[in-house]
Amino acid sequence: MSTTPSITHGGALEAPPRRRVPWRTAVYKALGAILVLWAAATLCFAMQELSPGNKALAILGGAGARPPQAVIEETEEKYGLNDPIVQRYGRFIGNLATGDLGTSYQYKQPVTSLIKEQVGPTLVLVFVSTLLAWLISVPITLFTAGKGRVRSSMGAGFEAFFAGVPPYWLGLVLLVVFAFELGVFPVTGGTSASALFLPALTLALPLAGFLGQVTRDEFERGLKQPFAISARARGASEGEVRRRHVLRHALLPGITLTGWAIGATISGAVLVEVIYARPGLGQVLVNAVSNQDLPVVVGITMLVALIYVVVNLVVDLLYVIVDPRLRTRKEVV
Amino acid sequence: MSKIESRPTDAPLLQVENLRVGFGSRGQVEEVVHGISFSLEPGRCLAIVGESGSGKTVTARTLVGLTGDRSQVEADRLELNGRSLLGLSDRGWRAVRGAEIGFVLQDALVSLDPLRKVGAEIAEPLRIHDRGERSERRRRVIDLLTEVGVPEPELRARQLPHELSGGLRQRALIAAAIALDPPLLIADEPTTALDVTVQAQILALLERTKERGRGLILISHDLAVVSRLADEVAVMRLGEIVEQGPVERILRSPRHPYTRALLDAVPAAHSKGTRLAPRVAGAYIPAGDPQVPALAGRSPIITAEHLVKAYRGPDGRTRTAVDDVSLEIRPGETLGIVGESGSGKTTTARIILALVDPDSGNVTLRGKPWTTLKERDRRQRRRRVSVVYQDPLSSFDPRWTVRRIVDDAIAEEDHDGKQARLKRVKELLGHVGIGADLLDRRPLQLSGGQRQRIAIARALAPQPELIVCDEPVSALDVSIQAQVLDLLADLQSELNVAYLFISHDLGVIHHVSDRVLVMKDGRVVESGTAEQIFNSPQAEYTRNLLAALPRLERAEPERKAVPA
Repeated sequence: MSTTPSITHGGALEAPPRRRVPWRTAVYKALGAILVLWAAATLCFAMQELSPGNKALAILGGAGARPPQAVIEETEEKYGLNDPIVQRYGRFIGNLATGDLGTSYQYKQPVTSLIKEQVGPTLVLVFVSTLLAWLISVPITLFTAGKGRVRSSMGAGFEAFFAGVPPYWLGLVLLVVFAFELGVFPVTGGTSASALFLPALTLALPLAGFLGQVTRDEFERGLKQPFAISARARGASEGEVRRRHVLRHALLPGITLTGWAIGATISGAVLVEVIYARPGLGQVLVNAVSNQDLPVVVGITMLVALIYVVVNLVVDLLYVIVDPRLRTRKEVV
Repeated sequence: MSKIESRPTDAPLLQVENLRVGFGSRGQVEEVVHGISFSLEPGRCLAIVGESGSGKTVTARTLVGLTGDRSQVEADRLELNGRSLLGLSDRGWRAVRGAEIGFVLQDALVSLDPLRKVGAEIAEPLRIHDRGERSERRRRVIDLLTEVGVPEPELRARQLPHELSGGLRQRALIAAAIALDPPLLIADEPTTALDVTVQAQILALLERTKERGRGLILISHDLAVVSRLADEVAVMRLGEIVEQGPVERILRSPRHPYTRALLDAVPAAHSKGTRLAPRVAGAYIPAGDPQVPALAGRSPIITAEHLVKAYRGPDGRTRTAVDDVSLEIRPGETLGIVGESGSGKTTTARIILALVDPDSGNVTLRGKPWTTLKERDRRQRRRRVSVVYQDPLSSFDPRWTVRRIVDDAIAEEDHDGKQARLKRVKELLGHVGIGADLLDRRPLQLSGGQRQRIAIARALAPQPELIVCDEPVSALDVSIQAQVLDLLADLQSELNVAYLFISHDLGVIHHVSDRVLVMKDGRVVESGTAEQIFNSPQAEYTRNLLAALPRLERAEPERKAVPA
């Protein structure tokens, strides 16, 4: 959109609506994001403190190991495990702030490099499944919402079913049907594109169900709005009313939901990666949890928090793109 | 604008005979329009007038085939320019809509897609009916906006609906409806929710399309609006046309009792001090003398001095909503505040209710501090001032029963114990003419008039000295409005309660007020007795307002002659 000069408004003087960069909003959003990350870090730290078991033992090889007492003490000294809690908290936050996630107890290599190796497939999986969810839910909404009782119920039934299905069950069913019985897709296949499809579908279908439910509600409401009736009164066909007017309104709640869903999909990805034996953070996380590899658990948790924050900033941006009302400042009524 | 003499036409533009519209599925059809007939010639205006539920909007939508899937439309004849519209396919209807019939939907404020630019909405009929290239359409949009009197059309076309005032939005909607210059234009309540000055401009705009030889069907609940524009009036009630004829005849000598009741129900100068609606039960009692003489001597309930309230707009600039407003309300009187939207009426009322703190100035209640108190100290005196809003539905908890809504407002110190409170609830409902049979109803199960009565009963419960009425009748049909206004007058004479009565409707304000404040842009431009304000207005703004007001010119024979 181009810039708007000052306007008069039915004769009365109005504020010139300028489209300047909303710095204030940007600063607040950034501060909010930092606050969320800090809160997540603090929770991680608290969990670390409260988790049972001797950390030095975990570092030295887990519960099975029987290292001599001297080694344990030496390890505690080395990792600063006996420092006062305030000091450890300060060090923890300081390290996080500088991007240092510590060293894995298990693999004895930096957590950052461990995550770096594995994060790619997971992110690909998450974003492909989110995209797939949209590609599934929008046509279903477009072709079934407000289209008579039979079609509407079919659409709503599909959505309710997939929104309610547990992903691990869905994953197994898809695996059995498409990989074992039909043999269309590989059972496991590393990171190739064809191996991506089933895991992505496993995550996408429940999300498509949720997305469809919120967009359908808004869509059906939109179809009855005066602006939709006005469009029909100008000769617009039902398809035009749906695509040109109503769909955009229906996307708004879907976008909001997506912000939440990407976070949830990452946790879902952990399961799916295990089911399909895909490389990714899921496997790493499961290993880390079962071996009390706290730095890795914390690192992945912080990564998820970071992705969450970034995605929600993107969602805010998308919102402004879809809803042009947010681009201009509101007129004083 | 050249005025085309309406030529004598052989064939009417629109002919409707015995139109019946029902809703429902097979076997279970509920008919809402029962066999109505009318016709319209080019260059003429037919007004279909009725209250909610009369079937007027359904009739209008039937003419463009937009009554929905569950509707059943039957007629002996439904012809546009000699071509039958009955049994048109969806494609056939789409060719008619926009091109041959322009339709301006009710609710100008929400009838433009809030996510699309105004220009795109106006260009839509051109695009749909394949008129011109993109750039050509863009030029046509600018021409159309100019034609409907929108200033700075290039800018407006690029803006979103929420950036336009109500009047401009309505103009844009009309521009979209006349984009293909259809021979028939249907406007459903085109001026409702608009300020009177804007209303007058919209009516003038519609009048121009009529003068260009287009047929106009005007749907309205407001006889005064209709009297400006219509050549013919059809009065609808419960799906039937009860009376139909030339506008002067209908307004001057209505034959049907319903038409007469509708006309009588409109509050205006002549109705002051009289009842608007026939009494539902009991004997006819004239409302109290509007000029209560003893008022002047009594000490005021509310004294407001130099109230100022500014808000910071979303653009960071401050806007003074209330600017140096002073007023006094004495026991048993009605002070009317009239003004257009954004004039500061409601903010003033909120300050007086002590719901909003003024930036400067103060309000005293019975000579004691009111706005300067802490809320905790104010609470025990709150009962002296209560409030009735425009939309009672949104001020009720939808899950509460009538009994609970009213009971909630009764102070514990007044009536303790279940039986005593129930007795009081019944008494209060009795005051407002609601029977005990409605005690267990919930707000959604009540009509608009019943809800407003219950809102009044709730306002009466703490035995206030003053009730602030913020647009209390604006959402009601005229006949219901008449009953509620009568009720308020009765309660005033029975209970000697004072009203601060806020309305945009000059007729209502004239009818109810002893004294009147006229507000504009947060300031009081004029104040005085109702007589002074309405009969010899001093401020230019007041004069403009009164001039813009559509009136029912029932006695004066000064209406311009209508071509036969």
